[in-house]
Amino acid sequence: MIEMNIICAKKLCLYYRDFQALKDIDLDVPAREITALIGPSGCGKSTFLRTLNRMNDLIQGVKITGEVTYHGENIYAGQVDVTALRKSIGMVFQKPNPFPMSIYDNVAYGPKLHDNLSKAELNDLVERSLRGAALWDEVKDRLKKSALSLSGGQQQRLCIARALSVSPDVLLMDEPTSALDPASTMKIEELMGHLKQDYTVVIVTHNMQQAARISDRTAFFLTGDLVESGKTDEIFSMPKDKRTEDYITGRFG
Amino acid sequence: MKNGRLPLKRRAYSGFLMGLIGLSAAIAVGLIVGLIGYVFYRGLGHISWEFLSTARSALRGTIGILPNILFTLFLIITTLAIVLPIGIGAAIYLNEYATSRRLVRIIEFATETLAGIPSIIYALVGVLLFIQGLGLRVSILAGALTLSILSLPTIVRTTQEALRTVPVSYREGAFALGATKWYMIRTIILPSSLDGIVTGVILAVGRMVGESAALLFTAGTGYFLVTNYFEALHASGGTLSVMLFVYATEHGNFDVSFAIASILIFIVLLLNFGVKLVKRKLRRI
Ligand SMILES: Nc1ncnc2c1ncn2[C@@H]1O[C@H](COP(=O)(O)OP(=O)(O)OP(=O)(O)O)[C@@H](O)[C@H]1O
Ligand SMILES: [Mg+2]
Repeated sequence: MIEMNIICAKKLCLYYRDFQALKDIDLDVPAREITALIGPSGCGKSTFLRTLNRMNDLIQGVKITGEVTYHGENIYAGQVDVTALRKSIGMVFQKPNPFPMSIYDNVAYGPKLHDNLSKAELNDLVERSLRGAALWDEVKDRLKKSALSLSGGQQQRLCIARALSVSPDVLLMDEPTSALDPASTMKIEELMGHLKQDYTVVIVTHNMQQAARISDRTAFFLTGDLVESGKTDEIFSMPKDKRTEDYITGRFG
Repeated sequence: MKNGRLPLKRRAYSGFLMGLIGLSAAIAVGLIVGLIGYVFYRGLGHISWEFLSTARSALRGTIGILPNILFTLFLIITTLAIVLPIGIGAAIYLNEYATSRRLVRIIEFATETLAGIPSIIYALVGVLLFIQGLGLRVSILAGALTLSILSLPTIVRTTQEALRTVPVSYREGAFALGATKWYMIRTIILPSSLDGIVTGVILAVGRMVGESAALLFTAGTGYFLVTNYFEALHASGGTLSVMLFVYATEHGNFDVSFAIASILIFIVLLLNFGVKLVKRKLRRI
Protein backbone atom coordinates (compact mmCIF):
# COMPACT_ATOMS: atom_id res chain seq x y z
CA MET A 1 0.00 0.00 0.00
CA ILE A 2 1.53 3.29 -1.07
CA GLU A 3 -0.68 5.59 0.90
CA MET A 4 -3.50 5.09 3.28
CA ASN A 5 -6.93 6.36 2.34
CA ILE A 6 -8.66 7.40 5.49
CA ILE A 7 -12.01 8.16 3.85
CA CYS A 8 -13.39 6.51 0.74
CA ALA A 9 -16.66 7.31 -0.98
CA LYS A 10 -18.02 4.48 -3.08
CA LYS A 11 -20.85 4.89 -5.56
CA LEU A 12 -22.22 7.63 -3.37
CA CYS A 13 -25.52 9.18 -4.44
CA LEU A 14 -27.47 11.79 -2.54
CA TYR A 15 -31.00 13.00 -3.15
CA TYR A 16 -32.74 16.05 -1.72
CA ARG A 17 -36.22 14.55 -2.06
CA ASP A 18 -36.47 14.08 -5.84
CA PHE A 19 -33.42 16.07 -6.77
CA GLN A 20 -30.20 14.11 -7.19
CA ALA A 21 -27.35 16.28 -5.91
CA LEU A 22 -24.56 13.68 -6.00
CA LYS A 23 -24.22 11.06 -8.71
CA ASP A 24 -22.11 7.96 -8.14
CA ILE A 25 -19.19 9.66 -6.47
CA ASP A 26 -16.05 7.57 -6.03
CA LEU A 27 -13.37 9.47 -4.19
CA ASP A 28 -10.55 8.52 -1.84
CA VAL A 29 -9.14 10.90 0.72
CA PRO A 30 -5.56 10.09 1.72
CA ALA A 31 -4.46 10.64 5.30
CA ARG A 32 -2.43 13.70 6.26
CA GLU A 33 -2.96 15.49 3.02
CA ILE A 34 -5.11 18.37 1.97
CA THR A 35 -7.79 17.47 -0.52
CA ALA A 36 -9.48 20.39 -2.26
CA LEU A 37 -12.98 20.16 -3.71
CA ILE A 38 -13.57 22.61 -6.53
CA GLY A 39 -16.35 23.25 -9.00
CA PRO A 40 -18.95 25.84 -9.94
CA SER A 41 -21.64 26.95 -7.50
CA GLY A 42 -24.35 24.38 -6.91
CA CYS A 43 -22.33 21.40 -8.16
CA GLY A 44 -22.55 19.58 -4.83
CA LYS A 45 -19.25 20.32 -3.08
CA SER A 46 -20.81 21.26 0.24
CA THR A 47 -23.27 18.42 -0.07
CA PHE A 48 -20.44 15.96 -0.57
CA LEU A 49 -18.42 17.41 2.30
CA ARG A 50 -21.39 17.10 4.60
CA THR A 51 -21.90 13.45 3.73
CA LEU A 52 -18.47 12.74 5.25
CA ASN A 53 -19.56 13.51 8.82
CA ARG A 54 -23.25 12.86 8.27
CA MET A 55 -24.28 16.48 8.69
CA ASN A 56 -26.87 15.90 5.98
CA ASP A 57 -28.77 13.78 8.48
CA LEU A 58 -30.06 17.07 9.86
CA ILE A 59 -31.81 17.97 6.62
CA GLN A 60 -35.26 16.55 6.02
CA GLY A 61 -35.85 14.50 2.91
CA VAL A 62 -32.24 13.54 2.27
CA LYS A 63 -31.68 10.03 0.92
CA ILE A 64 -28.27 8.50 0.47
CA THR A 65 -27.17 5.37 -1.39
CA GLY A 66 -23.71 3.90 -1.81
CA GLU A 67 -21.26 4.15 1.04
CA VAL A 68 -18.64 6.25 2.73
CA THR A 69 -16.00 4.36 4.65
CA TYR A 70 -13.91 5.84 7.41
CA HIS A 71 -10.97 3.64 8.38
CA GLY A 72 -12.64 0.95 6.34
CA GLU A 73 -16.04 1.06 8.05
CA ASN A 74 -19.18 2.28 6.38
CA ILE A 75 -20.36 5.34 8.29
CA TYR A 76 -23.89 4.88 6.96
CA ALA A 77 -24.19 1.40 8.45
CA GLY A 78 -26.92 0.97 11.02
CA GLN A 79 -25.01 0.84 14.29
CA VAL A 80 -22.67 3.78 13.76
CA ASP A 81 -22.41 6.23 16.66
CA VAL A 82 -22.85 9.52 14.83
CA THR A 83 -21.62 11.64 17.73
CA ALA A 84 -18.37 9.67 17.89
CA LEU A 85 -18.02 9.98 14.14
CA ARG A 86 -18.44 13.76 14.28
CA LYS A 87 -15.94 13.95 17.10
CA SER A 88 -13.38 12.26 14.84
CA ILE A 89 -14.34 14.20 11.74
CA GLY A 90 -14.55 17.87 12.64
CA MET A 91 -16.04 20.62 10.55
CA VAL A 92 -15.42 24.30 9.93
CA PHE A 93 -18.20 26.16 8.19
CA GLN A 94 -18.23 28.80 5.50
CA LYS A 95 -19.60 31.48 7.79
CA PRO A 96 -17.79 31.64 11.12
CA ASN A 97 -20.28 30.36 13.68
CA PRO A 98 -18.89 30.80 17.18
CA PHE A 99 -21.44 30.14 19.92
CA PRO A 100 -22.74 33.19 21.80
CA MET A 101 -20.47 32.52 24.76
CA SER A 102 -17.00 33.50 25.83
CA ILE A 103 -13.95 32.63 23.76
CA TYR A 104 -12.89 30.15 26.42
CA ASP A 105 -16.30 28.47 26.59
CA ASN A 106 -16.38 28.11 22.82
CA VAL A 107 -13.21 26.09 22.82
CA ALA A 108 -14.11 24.21 25.99
CA TYR A 109 -17.52 23.22 24.64
CA GLY A 110 -16.37 20.10 22.79
CA PRO A 111 -14.03 18.74 25.48
CA LYS A 112 -16.68 19.26 28.17
CA LEU A 113 -19.05 17.29 26.02
CA HIS A 114 -16.82 14.26 25.63
CA ASP A 115 -14.46 14.08 28.58
CA ASN A 116 -14.48 14.83 32.25
CA LEU A 117 -11.44 17.05 32.48
CA SER A 118 -10.11 18.89 35.49
CA LYS A 119 -10.00 22.66 35.40
CA ALA A 120 -6.24 22.63 34.78
CA GLU A 121 -6.46 20.06 32.01
CA LEU A 122 -9.22 22.05 30.38
CA ASN A 123 -7.23 25.29 30.58
CA ASP A 124 -4.33 23.50 29.02
CA LEU A 125 -6.42 22.05 26.23
CA VAL A 126 -8.02 25.40 25.46
CA GLU A 127 -4.61 26.99 25.19
CA ARG A 128 -3.25 24.22 22.97
CA SER A 129 -6.28 24.41 20.67
CA LEU A 130 -6.05 28.18 20.38
CA ARG A 131 -2.32 27.93 19.67
CA GLY A 132 -3.07 25.27 17.09
CA ALA A 133 -5.38 27.71 15.35
CA ALA A 134 -2.81 30.54 15.61
CA LEU A 135 -5.17 32.60 17.72
CA TRP A 136 -3.70 32.29 21.21
CA ASP A 137 -1.56 35.41 21.19
CA GLU A 138 -4.43 37.58 20.06
CA VAL A 139 -6.95 36.41 22.66
CA LYS A 140 -4.98 35.15 25.65
CA ASP A 141 -5.81 38.30 27.62
CA ARG A 142 -9.53 38.21 26.94
CA LEU A 143 -10.59 34.60 27.09
CA LYS A 144 -13.67 35.52 29.09
CA LYS A 145 -14.87 38.03 26.51
CA SER A 146 -17.68 37.20 24.13
CA ALA A 147 -16.57 35.32 21.05
CA LEU A 148 -18.86 37.55 19.02
CA SER A 149 -16.60 40.50 19.78
CA LEU A 150 -13.84 39.00 17.63
CA SER A 151 -13.23 40.00 14.02
CA GLY A 152 -14.47 37.68 11.27
CA GLY A 153 -11.01 36.23 10.69
CA GLN A 154 -10.48 35.69 14.39
CA GLN A 155 -13.91 34.10 14.68
CA GLN A 156 -13.04 31.66 11.93
CA ARG A 157 -9.79 30.72 13.63
CA LEU A 158 -11.75 30.32 16.85
CA CYS A 159 -14.00 27.89 15.02
CA ILE A 160 -10.91 26.03 13.86
CA ALA A 161 -9.65 25.95 17.45
CA ARG A 162 -13.05 24.67 18.54
CA ALA A 163 -12.84 21.91 15.94
CA LEU A 164 -9.30 21.03 17.04
CA SER A 165 -10.28 20.90 20.72
CA VAL A 166 -11.80 17.43 20.43
CA SER A 167 -8.65 16.08 18.71
CA PRO A 168 -10.26 15.05 15.46
CA ASP A 169 -8.67 12.92 12.82
CA VAL A 170 -10.08 14.75 9.86
CA LEU A 171 -11.04 18.39 9.37
CA LEU A 172 -13.73 19.28 6.86
CA MET A 173 -13.65 22.92 5.82
CA ASP A 174 -16.36 24.48 3.69
CA GLU A 175 -14.97 27.62 2.08
CA PRO A 176 -13.40 28.65 5.39
CA THR A 177 -11.89 31.83 3.97
CA SER A 178 -14.64 33.04 1.67
CA ALA A 179 -15.92 35.54 4.24
CA LEU A 180 -12.47 36.82 5.15
CA ASP A 181 -10.08 39.53 4.01
CA PRO A 182 -6.78 38.64 2.32
CA ALA A 183 -4.72 38.99 5.49
CA SER A 184 -6.95 36.61 7.48
CA THR A 185 -7.08 34.28 4.50
CA MET A 186 -3.27 34.17 4.42
CA LYS A 187 -3.20 33.33 8.12
CA ILE A 188 -5.62 30.46 7.71
CA GLU A 189 -3.84 29.09 4.63
CA GLU A 190 -0.59 29.16 6.55
CA LEU A 191 -2.32 27.41 9.38
CA MET A 192 -3.53 24.65 7.10
CA GLY A 193 0.02 23.97 6.02
CA HIS A 194 0.76 23.16 9.67
CA LEU A 195 -2.45 21.32 10.28
CA LYS A 196 -1.81 18.69 7.65
CA GLN A 197 1.11 17.36 9.68
CA ASP A 198 -1.40 16.07 12.20
CA TYR A 199 -4.73 16.08 10.43
CA THR A 200 -6.32 15.09 7.20
CA VAL A 201 -8.01 18.10 5.65
CA VAL A 202 -10.79 18.25 3.09
CA ILE A 203 -11.49 21.79 1.94
CA VAL A 204 -14.07 23.28 -0.39
CA THR A 205 -12.86 26.38 -2.17
CA HIS A 206 -13.92 28.64 -5.01
CA ASN A 207 -10.48 30.10 -5.20
CA MET A 208 -8.37 28.28 -7.81
CA GLN A 209 -5.14 29.85 -6.58
CA GLN A 210 -5.96 28.73 -3.07
CA ALA A 211 -6.58 25.18 -4.22
CA ALA A 212 -3.33 25.17 -6.18
CA ARG A 213 -1.38 26.74 -3.32
CA ILE A 214 -2.42 24.62 -0.41
CA SER A 215 -3.78 21.29 -1.56
CA ASP A 216 -2.09 18.02 -2.39
CA ARG A 217 -5.04 16.61 -4.22
CA THR A 218 -7.93 18.18 -6.05
CA ALA A 219 -11.34 16.86 -6.99
CA PHE A 220 -13.42 18.68 -9.60
CA PHE A 221 -17.21 18.47 -9.31
CA LEU A 222 -19.74 19.45 -11.93
CA THR A 223 -23.54 19.26 -11.48
CA GLY A 224 -23.33 16.40 -9.04
CA ASP A 225 -20.66 14.43 -10.91
CA LEU A 226 -17.08 13.99 -9.90
CA VAL A 227 -15.41 14.81 -13.20
CA GLU A 228 -11.82 14.32 -12.26
CA SER A 229 -9.61 13.91 -9.23
CA GLY A 230 -5.91 13.46 -8.64
CA LYS A 231 -2.73 15.17 -7.56
CA THR A 232 -3.16 18.93 -7.56
CA ASP A 233 -0.09 19.57 -9.75
CA GLU A 234 -1.39 17.19 -12.36
CA ILE A 235 -4.94 18.52 -12.32
CA PHE A 236 -3.72 22.05 -12.71
CA SER A 237 -0.94 21.40 -15.23
CA MET A 238 -2.48 18.73 -17.43
CA PRO A 239 -6.14 18.05 -16.70
CA LYS A 240 -7.42 14.97 -18.49
CA ASP A 241 -10.92 16.26 -18.98
CA LYS A 242 -11.76 19.21 -21.19
CA ARG A 243 -14.35 20.45 -18.68
CA THR A 244 -11.77 20.53 -15.89
CA GLU A 245 -9.44 22.55 -18.07
CA ASP A 246 -12.19 24.98 -18.98
CA TYR A 247 -13.05 25.46 -15.35
CA ILE A 248 -9.59 25.98 -13.93
CA THR A 249 -8.61 28.33 -16.70
CA GLY A 250 -11.69 30.33 -15.89
CA ARG A 251 -13.62 29.71 -19.06
CA PHE A 252 -16.76 28.97 -17.12
CA GLY A 253 -18.02 28.67 -13.58
CA MET B 1 -36.12 68.56 -3.37
CA LYS B 2 -37.63 71.90 -2.53
CA ASN B 3 -41.05 72.06 -1.01
CA GLY B 4 -41.92 75.08 -3.06
CA ARG B 5 -41.96 73.00 -6.24
CA LEU B 6 -44.92 70.94 -5.09
CA PRO B 7 -48.22 72.24 -6.41
CA LEU B 8 -50.41 73.89 -3.83
CA LYS B 9 -53.09 71.23 -4.11
CA ARG B 10 -50.69 68.43 -3.29
CA ARG B 11 -49.18 70.33 -0.42
CA ALA B 12 -52.62 70.96 1.00
CA TYR B 13 -53.49 67.30 0.54
CA SER B 14 -50.38 66.00 2.28
CA GLY B 15 -50.84 68.56 5.02
CA PHE B 16 -54.39 67.33 5.48
CA LEU B 17 -53.15 63.72 5.71
CA MET B 18 -50.46 64.66 8.21
CA GLY B 19 -53.12 66.36 10.26
CA LEU B 20 -55.29 63.24 10.23
CA ILE B 21 -52.38 61.03 11.28
CA GLY B 22 -51.51 63.44 14.06
CA LEU B 23 -55.12 63.48 15.19
CA SER B 24 -55.32 59.67 15.31
CA ALA B 25 -52.13 59.52 17.31
CA ALA B 26 -53.42 62.17 19.69
CA ILE B 27 -56.72 60.31 20.16
CA ALA B 28 -54.94 57.01 20.82
CA VAL B 29 -52.47 58.46 23.30
CA GLY B 30 -55.14 60.64 24.86
CA LEU B 31 -57.44 57.69 25.42
CA ILE B 32 -54.75 55.60 27.06
CA VAL B 33 -53.39 58.36 29.23
CA GLY B 34 -56.89 59.52 30.05
CA LEU B 35 -57.99 56.05 31.00
CA ILE B 36 -55.04 55.34 33.24
CA GLY B 37 -55.25 58.81 34.70
CA TYR B 38 -58.94 58.44 35.46
CA VAL B 39 -58.48 55.04 37.08
CA PHE B 40 -55.69 56.36 39.26
CA TYR B 41 -57.71 59.48 40.07
CA ARG B 42 -60.67 57.42 41.25
CA GLY B 43 -58.68 54.60 42.82
CA LEU B 44 -55.44 55.75 44.39
CA GLY B 45 -57.18 57.66 47.16
CA HIS B 46 -58.80 54.50 48.46
CA ILE B 47 -55.62 52.51 48.75
CA SER B 48 -54.39 52.44 52.30
CA TRP B 49 -52.17 50.17 54.34
CA GLU B 50 -55.23 48.67 55.95
CA PHE B 51 -56.75 48.02 52.52
CA LEU B 52 -53.66 46.11 51.43
CA SER B 53 -52.91 44.24 54.62
CA THR B 54 -56.23 42.97 55.93
CA ALA B 55 -59.10 40.79 54.86
CA ARG B 56 -62.63 41.99 54.41
CA SER B 57 -64.39 42.12 57.73
CA ALA B 58 -68.15 42.04 57.89
CA LEU B 59 -68.10 42.81 61.62
CA ARG B 60 -66.06 45.95 61.33
CA GLY B 61 -67.44 46.75 57.90
CA THR B 62 -63.95 47.25 56.48
CA ILE B 63 -62.66 46.06 53.17
CA GLY B 64 -59.19 44.64 52.60
CA ILE B 65 -57.70 42.73 49.73
CA LEU B 66 -54.79 40.87 51.30
CA PRO B 67 -56.44 37.45 50.71
CA ASN B 68 -57.04 38.35 47.10
CA ILE B 69 -53.46 39.45 46.61
CA LEU B 70 -52.34 36.09 48.00
CA PHE B 71 -54.88 34.18 45.91
CA THR B 72 -53.63 35.93 42.79
CA LEU B 73 -50.07 35.04 43.69
CA PHE B 74 -50.90 31.41 44.49
CA LEU B 75 -52.91 31.06 41.34
CA ILE B 76 -50.11 32.36 39.15
CA ILE B 77 -47.49 30.19 40.83
CA THR B 78 -49.65 27.10 40.44
CA THR B 79 -50.50 27.89 36.85
CA LEU B 80 -46.85 28.45 35.96
CA ALA B 81 -45.85 25.23 37.67
CA ILE B 82 -48.32 23.39 35.45
CA VAL B 83 -48.03 25.28 32.21
CA LEU B 84 -44.29 25.96 31.94
CA PRO B 85 -43.02 22.39 31.80
CA ILE B 86 -45.80 21.37 29.44
CA GLY B 87 -45.67 24.48 27.25
CA ILE B 88 -41.91 24.76 26.96
CA GLY B 89 -41.58 21.02 26.54
CA ALA B 90 -44.17 21.03 23.78
CA ALA B 91 -42.46 23.92 22.02
CA ILE B 92 -39.10 22.16 22.16
CA TYR B 93 -40.68 19.00 20.84
CA LEU B 94 -42.45 20.77 17.99
CA ASN B 95 -39.40 22.77 16.99
CA GLU B 96 -36.59 20.33 17.50
CA TYR B 97 -37.91 16.79 17.50
CA ALA B 98 -41.16 16.43 15.58
CA THR B 99 -40.51 14.86 12.21
CA SER B 100 -43.92 15.12 10.62
CA ARG B 101 -44.16 18.59 9.14
CA ARG B 102 -47.89 18.16 8.54
CA LEU B 103 -48.60 17.31 12.14
CA VAL B 104 -46.54 20.28 13.34
CA ARG B 105 -48.42 22.60 11.04
CA ILE B 106 -51.77 21.30 12.27
CA ILE B 107 -50.74 21.73 15.89
CA GLU B 108 -49.44 25.21 15.23
CA PHE B 109 -52.67 26.16 13.55
CA ALA B 110 -54.54 24.80 16.54
CA THR B 111 -52.45 26.72 19.08
CA GLU B 112 -52.87 29.90 17.09
CA THR B 113 -56.61 29.46 16.98
CA LEU B 114 -56.83 28.56 20.66
CA ALA B 115 -54.83 31.64 21.58
CA GLY B 116 -57.57 33.79 20.05
CA ILE B 117 -60.59 32.17 21.70
CA PRO B 118 -62.53 34.29 24.23
CA SER B 119 -61.62 33.31 27.76
CA ILE B 120 -65.24 32.77 28.85
CA ILE B 121 -65.14 29.61 26.73
CA TYR B 122 -62.22 28.37 28.80
CA ALA B 123 -64.34 28.98 31.90
CA LEU B 124 -66.94 26.64 30.45
CA VAL B 125 -64.29 24.03 29.69
CA GLY B 126 -62.85 24.44 33.19
CA VAL B 127 -66.20 23.95 34.88
CA LEU B 128 -67.01 20.90 32.77
CA LEU B 129 -63.60 19.31 32.99
CA PHE B 130 -62.31 20.05 36.44
CA ILE B 131 -65.33 20.76 38.57
CA GLN B 132 -67.94 18.47 37.09
CA GLY B 133 -65.49 16.02 35.55
CA LEU B 134 -62.77 15.67 38.17
CA GLY B 135 -65.07 16.69 40.99
CA LEU B 136 -62.81 19.48 42.21
CA ARG B 137 -64.28 22.23 44.31
CA VAL B 138 -64.43 25.78 43.00
CA SER B 139 -60.89 26.54 44.11
CA ILE B 140 -57.53 27.98 43.29
CA LEU B 141 -56.48 24.59 41.93
CA ALA B 142 -59.44 24.40 39.55
CA GLY B 143 -58.74 28.00 38.53
CA ALA B 144 -55.06 27.27 37.95
CA LEU B 145 -55.88 24.24 35.81
CA THR B 146 -58.27 26.32 33.74
CA LEU B 147 -55.76 29.13 33.44
CA SER B 148 -53.13 26.59 32.39
CA ILE B 149 -55.24 25.49 29.45
CA LEU B 150 -55.90 29.11 28.61
CA SER B 151 -52.27 30.17 28.62
CA LEU B 152 -50.79 26.99 27.17
CA PRO B 153 -51.18 28.03 23.51
CA THR B 154 -49.56 31.40 24.17
CA ILE B 155 -46.64 29.87 26.04
CA VAL B 156 -46.10 27.30 23.30
CA ARG B 157 -46.21 29.95 20.62
CA THR B 158 -43.92 32.49 22.26
CA THR B 159 -41.45 29.76 23.20
CA GLN B 160 -41.45 28.43 19.66
CA GLU B 161 -40.80 31.91 18.35
CA ALA B 162 -37.92 32.31 20.78
CA LEU B 163 -36.44 28.96 19.78
CA ARG B 164 -36.69 29.88 16.13
CA THR B 165 -34.49 32.91 16.60
CA VAL B 166 -31.51 30.65 17.34
CA PRO B 167 -29.53 30.43 14.10
CA VAL B 168 -29.13 27.07 12.37
CA SER B 169 -25.39 27.68 12.35
CA TYR B 170 -25.22 27.34 16.15
CA ARG B 171 -26.97 24.01 15.97
CA GLU B 172 -24.67 22.81 13.22
CA GLY B 173 -21.64 23.97 15.16
CA ALA B 174 -22.68 21.92 18.16
CA PHE B 175 -23.61 18.84 16.14
CA ALA B 176 -20.32 19.01 14.26
CA LEU B 177 -18.53 18.67 17.60
CA GLY B 178 -20.43 15.49 18.33
CA ALA B 179 -23.11 16.93 20.60
CA THR B 180 -26.28 14.94 21.01
CA LYS B 181 -29.51 16.72 20.31
CA TRP B 182 -30.55 17.12 23.91
CA TYR B 183 -27.10 18.35 24.93
CA MET B 184 -27.22 20.87 22.10
CA ILE B 185 -30.67 22.05 23.17
CA ARG B 186 -29.60 22.39 26.79
CA THR B 187 -26.34 24.20 26.16
CA ILE B 188 -27.02 26.24 23.03
CA ILE B 189 -30.70 26.60 22.20
CA LEU B 190 -32.18 27.22 25.64
CA PRO B 191 -29.55 29.70 26.86
CA SER B 192 -29.68 31.73 23.68
CA SER B 193 -33.46 31.84 23.56
CA LEU B 194 -33.92 32.37 27.29
CA ASP B 195 -34.70 36.07 27.04
CA GLY B 196 -37.42 35.41 24.49
CA ILE B 197 -38.92 32.65 26.60
CA VAL B 198 -38.85 34.70 29.80
CA THR B 199 -40.39 37.65 27.98
CA GLY B 200 -43.21 35.44 26.75
CA VAL B 201 -43.77 34.10 30.25
CA ILE B 202 -43.90 37.56 31.81
CA LEU B 203 -46.41 38.72 29.22
CA ALA B 204 -48.46 35.59 29.92
CA VAL B 205 -48.37 36.39 33.65
CA GLY B 206 -49.67 39.83 32.76
CA ARG B 207 -52.63 38.21 31.07
CA MET B 208 -53.20 35.90 34.04
CA VAL B 209 -53.28 38.89 36.36
CA GLY B 210 -55.92 40.50 34.20
CA GLU B 211 -58.02 37.38 33.63
CA SER B 212 -61.46 37.33 35.18
CA ALA B 213 -63.98 35.54 32.99
CA ALA B 214 -62.19 32.19 33.10
CA LEU B 215 -61.75 32.36 36.87
CA LEU B 216 -65.09 33.59 38.15
CA PHE B 217 -66.67 30.12 38.09
CA THR B 218 -63.53 28.02 38.56
CA ALA B 219 -61.45 29.77 41.21
CA GLY B 220 -64.43 31.50 42.71
CA THR B 221 -64.84 34.71 44.64
CA GLY B 222 -63.63 33.75 48.11
CA TYR B 223 -62.23 36.48 50.33
CA PHE B 224 -61.21 34.68 53.51
CA LEU B 225 -57.58 34.94 54.42
CA VAL B 226 -55.67 31.71 53.71
CA THR B 227 -51.93 32.07 54.12
CA ASN B 228 -51.05 28.40 53.71
CA TYR B 229 -50.44 27.68 50.04
CA PHE B 230 -51.67 24.10 50.17
CA GLU B 231 -54.84 25.06 51.95
CA ALA B 232 -55.40 27.85 49.47
CA LEU B 233 -55.25 25.36 46.62
CA HIS B 234 -58.53 23.87 47.81
CA ALA B 235 -60.18 27.11 48.85
CA SER B 236 -62.39 29.31 46.78
CA GLY B 237 -60.38 32.44 46.13
CA GLY B 238 -61.12 35.56 44.16
CA THR B 239 -58.16 37.05 42.34
CA LEU B 240 -57.80 40.82 42.13
CA SER B 241 -59.42 41.04 38.71
CA VAL B 242 -62.32 38.86 39.74
CA MET B 243 -62.86 40.91 42.91
CA LEU B 244 -62.79 44.10 40.89
CA PHE B 245 -65.71 42.72 38.95
CA VAL B 246 -67.47 41.41 42.05
CA TYR B 247 -67.19 44.64 44.03
CA ALA B 248 -68.47 46.64 41.08
CA THR B 249 -71.38 44.42 40.12
CA GLU B 250 -72.50 42.82 43.37
CA HIS B 251 -71.75 45.51 45.86
CA GLY B 252 -71.83 48.54 43.61
CA ASN B 253 -68.69 49.59 45.45
CA PHE B 254 -66.83 51.40 42.72
CA ASP B 255 -64.30 52.94 45.06
CA VAL B 256 -62.90 49.51 45.84
CA SER B 257 -63.06 48.50 42.20
CA PHE B 258 -61.08 51.51 41.13
CA ALA B 259 -58.57 50.95 43.91
CA ILE B 260 -58.05 47.38 42.70
CA ALA B 261 -57.88 48.59 39.11
CA SER B 262 -55.11 51.00 40.06
CA ILE B 263 -53.17 48.17 41.65
CA LEU B 264 -53.68 45.99 38.56
CA ILE B 265 -52.47 48.70 36.23
CA PHE B 266 -49.49 49.19 38.47
CA ILE B 267 -48.68 45.44 38.38
CA VAL B 268 -48.96 45.32 34.61
CA LEU B 269 -46.69 48.34 34.27
CA LEU B 270 -44.22 46.63 36.57
CA LEU B 271 -44.33 43.44 34.50
CA ASN B 272 -43.73 45.32 31.28
CA PHE B 273 -40.84 47.06 32.91
CA GLY B 274 -39.59 43.61 33.93
CA VAL B 275 -39.67 42.53 30.28
CA LYS B 276 -37.43 45.44 29.34
CA LEU B 277 -35.06 44.56 32.15
CA VAL B 278 -34.92 40.90 31.15
CA LYS B 279 -34.15 41.80 27.56
CA ARG B 280 -31.27 43.97 28.67
CA LYS B 281 -29.91 41.62 31.33
CA LEU B 282 -30.02 38.40 29.38
CA ARG B 283 -28.63 39.82 26.17
CA ARG B 284 -25.24 40.11 27.76
CA ILE B 285 -23.25 38.31 25.06
N1 LIG C 1 -31.22 21.53 1.78
C1 LIG C 1 -31.34 21.40 0.45
N2 LIG C 1 -32.53 21.04 -0.10
C2 LIG C 1 -32.67 20.91 -1.43
N3 LIG C 1 -31.68 21.10 -2.32
C3 LIG C 1 -30.47 21.45 -1.85
C4 LIG C 1 -30.24 21.62 -0.45
N4 LIG C 1 -28.95 21.98 -0.27
C5 LIG C 1 -28.41 22.02 -1.51
N5 LIG C 1 -29.32 21.71 -2.46
C6 LIG C 1 -29.07 21.63 -3.91
O1 LIG C 1 -28.06 20.70 -4.15
C7 LIG C 1 -27.16 21.18 -5.12
C8 LIG C 1 -25.76 21.19 -4.57
O2 LIG C 1 -25.70 22.14 -3.50
P1 LIG C 1 -24.36 22.42 -2.71
O3 LIG C 1 -24.68 23.34 -1.62
O4 LIG C 1 -23.72 21.14 -2.37
O5 LIG C 1 -23.50 23.16 -3.82
P2 LIG C 1 -22.04 23.78 -3.70
O6 LIG C 1 -21.21 23.11 -4.73
O7 LIG C 1 -21.56 23.75 -2.30
O8 LIG C 1 -22.31 25.28 -4.14
P3 LIG C 1 -21.61 26.60 -3.61
O9 LIG C 1 -20.28 26.63 -4.22
O10 LIG C 1 -22.50 27.69 -4.11
O11 LIG C 1 -21.56 26.53 -2.12
C9 LIG C 1 -27.65 22.56 -5.52
O12 LIG C 1 -28.36 22.44 -6.73
C10 LIG C 1 -28.57 22.95 -4.42
O13 LIG C 1 -29.62 23.75 -4.91
MG1 LIG D 1 -21.18 25.22 -0.78
